[in-house]
Formats: sequence, structure tokens, C-alpha cells
Amino acid sequence: MVERVHHITDLEELERVAIHGRASLYPERIKILVGMATCGRAAGAEEVLEKVRKVVAEKKLPYIVAETGCIGWCSQEPLLDIWVPGRPRVTYGRVKPKQVPEILAALPEAKPKLALAIMTGDDNPLTGKHADYCNGHGSKVDGLPSYAELPLFRRQLRIVMRNCGILDPASLEEYAARGGYRSLWKALWSLKPEDVVREVTESGLRGRGGAGFPTGRKWQAVRDAKGSPKYVICNADEGDPGAYMDRGVLEGDPHSVIEGMIIGGYALGAHEGVIYVREEYPLAVSRVTEAIHQAERADLLGDDILGSGFRFHIEVAQGAGAFVCGEETALIASIEGRVGEPRPRPPYPAEKGLWGKPTCINNVETWATVPVIVSRGGAWFSGIGTERSKGTKVFSLVGSVANTALIEVPMGTTLRDVVEEIGGGVPGGRACKAVQTGGPSGGCIPAEQLDLPVDYESLNAAGSIMGSGGMIVMDDHTCMVDIAKYFMDFLQDESCGKCFSCRVGTQRMKEIVTRISEGKGTEQDLDLLEDVAWMVSETSLCGLGGSAPNPVLSTLRYFRDEYLAHIRDHKCPAKVCKELITYTIDPVTCNGCGACVSLCSGQAVVGEKNKLYTIEQARCTKCGACLESCKFDAVLVN
Amino acid sequence: MVRLTINGSPVQVDEGSTVLEAARLYGIPIPTLCHADGLTPYGACRLCVVEVGTAPKSRLVSSCTTRATEGLVVRTNSARVERARRLLLELYVATSPQSKRIQDLASAMGVRECRYEAQHEDCIQCGLCVRICNEQMMAGAIGFSGRGTTRQVSRPFDQTSEVCRQCGACLYVCPVCELRCQAGTAESALCNGCLNFSPPCFNSYDDAMCFLDPCHACELAGPFRADARTKIRATATAR
Repeated sequence: MVERVHHITDLEELERVAIHGRASLYPERIKILVGMATCGRAAGAEEVLEKVRKVVAEKKLPYIVAETGCIGWCSQEPLLDIWVPGRPRVTYGRVKPKQVPEILAALPEAKPKLALAIMTGDDNPLTGKHADYCNGHGSKVDGLPSYAELPLFRRQLRIVMRNCGILDPASLEEYAARGGYRSLWKALWSLKPEDVVREVTESGLRGRGGAGFPTGRKWQAVRDAKGSPKYVICNADEGDPGAYMDRGVLEGDPHSVIEGMIIGGYALGAHEGVIYVREEYPLAVSRVTEAIHQAERADLLGDDILGSGFRFHIEVAQGAGAFVCGEETALIASIEGRVGEPRPRPPYPAEKGLWGKPTCINNVETWATVPVIVSRGGAWFSGIGTERSKGTKVFSLVGSVANTALIEVPMGTTLRDVVEEIGGGVPGGRACKAVQTGGPSGGCIPAEQLDLPVDYESLNAAGSIMGSGGMIVMDDHTCMVDIAKYFMDFLQDESCGKCFSCRVGTQRMKEIVTRISEGKGTEQDLDLLEDVAWMVSETSLCGLGGSAPNPVLSTLRYFRDEYLAHIRDHKCPAKVCKELITYTIDPVTCNGCGACVSLCSGQAVVGEKNKLYTIEQARCTKCGACLESCKFDAVLVN
Repeated sequence: MVRLTINGSPVQVDEGSTVLEAARLYGIPIPTLCHADGLTPYGACRLCVVEVGTAPKSRLVSSCTTRATEGLVVRTNSARVERARRLLLELYVATSPQSKRIQDLASAMGVRECRYEAQHEDCIQCGLCVRICNEQMMAGAIGFSGRGTTRQVSRPFDQTSEVCRQCGACLYVCPVCELRCQAGTAESALCNGCLNFSPPCFNSYDDAMCFLDPCHACELAGPFRADARTKIRATATAR
């Protein structure tokens, strides 16, 4: 599609762009949308899109084929949406390229292939009532659940992800059609900078990167700080294992982040912005770079934004993949071209940040929330959530859960609602054992505490943190010692290594946990583990060291029995720790089918076909391949 | 001038001073490993942690990198600080058991056992060598490379830099190689041998005239201990 270049200099022009956007969002022709975020691509969305394009071209169908971001139902990827004018959109899940002709064949009559479709509905939870944002054709399709009915979406409130999975991330027009850049216009033309700061303060928004510092207070500090120029930075260095909220937003709706940053720049008196994205997110980098170019061409970024005379530019800086560079002072050092190591605060970046100038660093989600706060007002936003945690939070719900998903819920939603209702519970009839929140800096919250409301204070009190929003559900096949070992291994690699306590402390903690997982630990090791953990968190400089012991401490607090089982009985109750388990073949159940023989990497399964097989322990690598291959449950783990 | 409270006493220091400088000005000892006058404060050894603020909001900060500010409440010897230092030193001893400085500090802080396996890594990455090379010798021939487990002091591309004049300043400031303990391998990483036996130097020298700062072993057990003196006399007589 040839891009129309508009120089948007006033609201009228913005409206015109929005009309074009509406025409491509809800065209007069049939439109086929494929979710092309990284999660979709990993599941094969590129092949699906290619197939769709091929079928449409071959049959010369008058359909529009477009890309979109991730709507959040990652376990159903690749997702394919079909929009027939005047009808609700129908979503197909787990689409295989070979199903594409079948789905498209049913199209002219607009009768969805019910067997393949998973949901239908209106765009979309948050802004559905807003005429501008809505396609207005929410009528139901028989036999299909609508978004509003699905447990996955029912409890969600999408502010940050308002456009994800709905619009084409590469289209500024579609963003404008859904109300985009209207907040920027409002801020530039009808609000004073201090009014914007006041709205944000009133909203009660707290930093979504993890620590939860009140955004309004940070903005006020940068506004009051002496020094010029000032900078705003978007922290998109998302490194927690199992967390991909920032990626989802940058890939699905990059303009919302850019708009938030321009508003921030206006409020704080900054004219330069930097988006710091990790290099491992190539799609996010290209999406956001493309969006910046579009905004520049439309005069939404540049020397005279929307004709107001306000000047703002954004650059993209790529991180080389250090977890610690998510820490604000390390991030600044990295942008400046120095080694990504944190430095002591004060002075805070609000006083001395990038190039020694006042700098405001906020997370992707925080920036994406700003336009909504400006358009709807701080009071509206502060009406959502709990007493001290306002608004909504995006979580990546992963692990042992039926619906792996990117979700956004109001603060204060309980973990049980998130895991059991939205997530659909633990699959395979297994029991939920714990939920890990907050990534490597967070902790494991046991299943008994699932009624905990998700907000900054409650999670802190439970020994975990909100963090950036990773939520890993663990079932009873998870060994907590093994989890602690995994996170300590991650942290000892990702510690920048400047503070002795963090560098050596995390190494030693991993050493001790490893020893316990091998059944060689002693009960004194647990005291030592608590001592080192205390020391590392007390004496380290930055947040990484300060929270590094959390995985160990929280598992020790809630699952001490499991540690003791490893130490006293030399048993791994979850049967995970390789050193403490043995694989054997039950002579009664084994029928000698031999399915496990070829899969055994160590050639440890010996015997004759149709007779009994046995496992030679000396050669067994405990990979578990035999267990998975056996259809008769003849492989036993002890 | 800035007024602050250290260990309950009001003190006054010049603006811009660090808490460490303030404490030392008033003769309050704070142990350090990565600090040297004339080099930029680095804050890596964490041994100089002090408790600032009032409970329950107090926290531990490295005094060498914390500026003394008006009204700051500092405690250099609270139970929390001492526990942190003891646990740190226990880890230091395990990392670099051969360093006399570390053994002395550990003894002085009352560390009596080391529960870790000794690793003899030696380098504690205090960064003194890197800073002296950069800031005083104006060479910048060495620096840190890597991160986490692979972080180390190294030369550019592992080759001797052209700007290295081999002045030896890096060796001079190193807190772990100034004097290797010669007492042989101790049973635990923390030798504390000096508290129980004669200092190792007595075995090698007739007249133990230590030219370094008095070894903690000497202070506690050395020349002033009866059997040590007897031992020196006996060696002398045997000659």
C-alpha cells in the first residue's frame, strides 16, 4: 500500500487522517488480518500470511490483507481475523496454512467456519463505548463466544493494550482513527505543561517498570530540575525470563508510546527523547523506528508539532542484551556509550541523567498509558485499581496455564482470578503450586496465597514484587529448588559484577542451591543461604543486587519442606532434580514396544523387542525422553 | 559547612565531603578495600557500608560514594552494619584467602569461621589498579571486561597496551597481593592461624621487624605474646 503523506498541522488535518484510517480499519471490503507480532511469527504466522496472500492473488479475490499486533491470546497463535463489512469480526485460532483456503472459501457469504473460529466481537474492551474507536457492529455470531463473554477477556480492561491486535502497527492513520494523537493535540493546544504533570500526578500512575515510583512525582522532579536540555527516555530493555509486555506494546502499537513520549516532553520541557530497546527485539526495533519515521513525515515529531511550535525528536538506541541495563543509571551509561553499570543515586536521573542533564525515564507501559490519562483525565484513571495502586497492569501469563496470554487487568485483581479464570487454570488436571511474579527479582507465591490481590504493596508483603509483569504459573511438576537454581544462574550471569556482594554473592548462592539440588546439601546450608541472601540484598548498590536473593528467599519461605526433602531424604519431591531421581521400567506394564529405545540418547535402554526392556543406570542421562515416549506408563521415576 | 550526625555525635564537614571522609575526619574507623585517597570513589567493595536514616526507613549505603548532606543521620557500627561487614568479609576470605589485608580485616571484625569453600580467585575486582592507571598514571592501560561471572581486570584484547609504561602502580595499590600469607594452606579458608600460633613470618626471620603496618596477628598475638617472644629468643640462641 502506498503511504499517503500528510503534514498534520491542525486538528482538521488529524481528522482527515483519521478518516483514512477508519477506511482501512473498517473498509468497505472484506479484510483479513493476521497477528504478526513475534509470538505469532514464532507459531507460524508468516506462513499463514503468505498463504492468505497467495490464495487471494490466485483467486483474484477483492479482499484486503493486513497485519496486526498481538491481541494477547498467545496460546492460540497464529491468529487470523476476518472482518466482513457490517458484521462482527471473527477470529480463527491456531490457523495452519492448509486451513486458509477453507476459511477463505466460506467468505463471500460471510458465514464463518465455526469449527475453526474461536471468538468474535467488537473492538474492544476499553474504548468500546467511545464512538471514535469502535466499529459499532457488535452483533453476535451464533455459536461463537464474543470477547466480552470469554473468561480470558471478560475481566480485562485494556488501556495500554487498547490497540494491540486491532490496528496495523505500521499505520499511523489507523492509530489516528482510534483516537491517536488526539491527546497530543489536547495537551499542546489546551493544556499548560504543568497541567499535564498535574493530570498525571492526579491519576496516581506508578512506574510500570517494576519499582512503582509515582510517575507524577518523577515528572515534577524533572520539571523542577535546573539544567538544559532535558531528556525523556523510554525504557524498553525488557529482560525478565517469561516477560514480553513491552515487546507486545512496541510491536502492536508503537505510536501510543511515541505519543506518550511527546506529551511527556512537552510537560517536562524536553526536546529530545530516546527509546532504549534491546537488540533481541528486532521486530520491535523496526516497528518503532518505522513509526518514528511516519510521525516525522507527518510533522508529529519535529520542529513544529501540530503547528504549536513545540519541538521534539526521538531516537532509538539499541541495547546489547544486558539485563542490568534495565536499571536506569546503567541504561543511561549504555546510551552514553559506557559500560552498562549502575552508579550510586543520588543524584537521581531526574537531576543528573543522560549527559548529566535532567532526565525522565519511564517504562514502555507507562508512556503508553499517558495519552489515555491526558484524554480521559487523571481522575478517571485513578478510579481504576486499588487505594495505592491505580490503573491497570499488563502481565504476560505464561508457564503451566491453559491460556498463555498477554493480559491487562485492573490493579487489585486477585491472582486466583488471573490464573484460574483468565488463564483457564493449570492444564492436564494438575494442581497449581506457585505463581512466580516479577521475574528474577521477584518471588514465588504459593498456591495457598492465590487470593492475594495483585498490587504493588500486596506482592511486596508476600516476598515478591510486581516487577515488569512476568507471571509464571507453576504446577506440581515444578521443583522449587530447581527454580531457585535457575534464577540464581540467570542472576550470576546478569549481575554487572561491580559490587563484590552481588557478583560473588549470587555465584555462591547458586553454588549452595546447586549443592542442595544434588542432594549434597546440609541443613547449615540453609542458614548460610539466608545469611548470604540478607547480605547481598542489604549491601548491593542497585535494584538487581537488592532483589537478587528474592527467588531463593521466597522459595525458602514457602517451600522449606522441599529444600529439607532434598537435604535429609535426598529426594526431589517433584522429581525434577536429575541427581536425585532414577528412571526404571516397570516389568509388569512394559510390553516391549520399544518406543523408548530409539529416543534414548545414552543408549541406556536395553532389551529385546516384544520382550522386557530395562534401563542401565550407568548410561542413563536422565533426559526423560523414555518417560515421554511411553504410552503405557511403564517408565517409572523415583 | 554541612552538619550531620555520626553515631549520635553532631559533626561538621566541608560541603562536598563524603560520609567516609566525614567519619575519618572525626577518627571514626570505617574499613575499606576499594578506597584510596586521590582516586575517584568507586563503591565496589561494599565494606564501607553505613546505616543512614532513621528506623524503620534506614538503609545501608556505601559511605565512600554517599555525600554528607545536612541533617543526615549516620551509624557506622550498628548491629546491622557489623553483621553485613562480617558476612562480606567471610565471603572475601573465601574468595581471596591469601590476602593479608582481608585476613586482618576479618580477624578484626570477629569473623571466626568461613563456611564457604575457598576459591582462591584472589582478584576481588576492587578496581584500584584500573583507577590508578587511569587517573594518576594517565595511562588507562587496563580496564574491566565482561560481566557477572566473566568480569575481570584485563588489557585491551588481552595484549599489553602500548600506553602501559610498566610503572607498577597497579601492583602498588592492590589490596590482595601486597603480602601473601606464607603460612601454608589453612584448614578453613579463614586461617586465623595468627591467633593460635606464632605469626608465620617468625618462622622465616630471626628478627621479626615487620616493615608493613603491624599485622593484626602481631597486634593480638605477636611480639607481646609470651611464647612468641620465647620463640624469637630460642631461634636467636640457636644461632
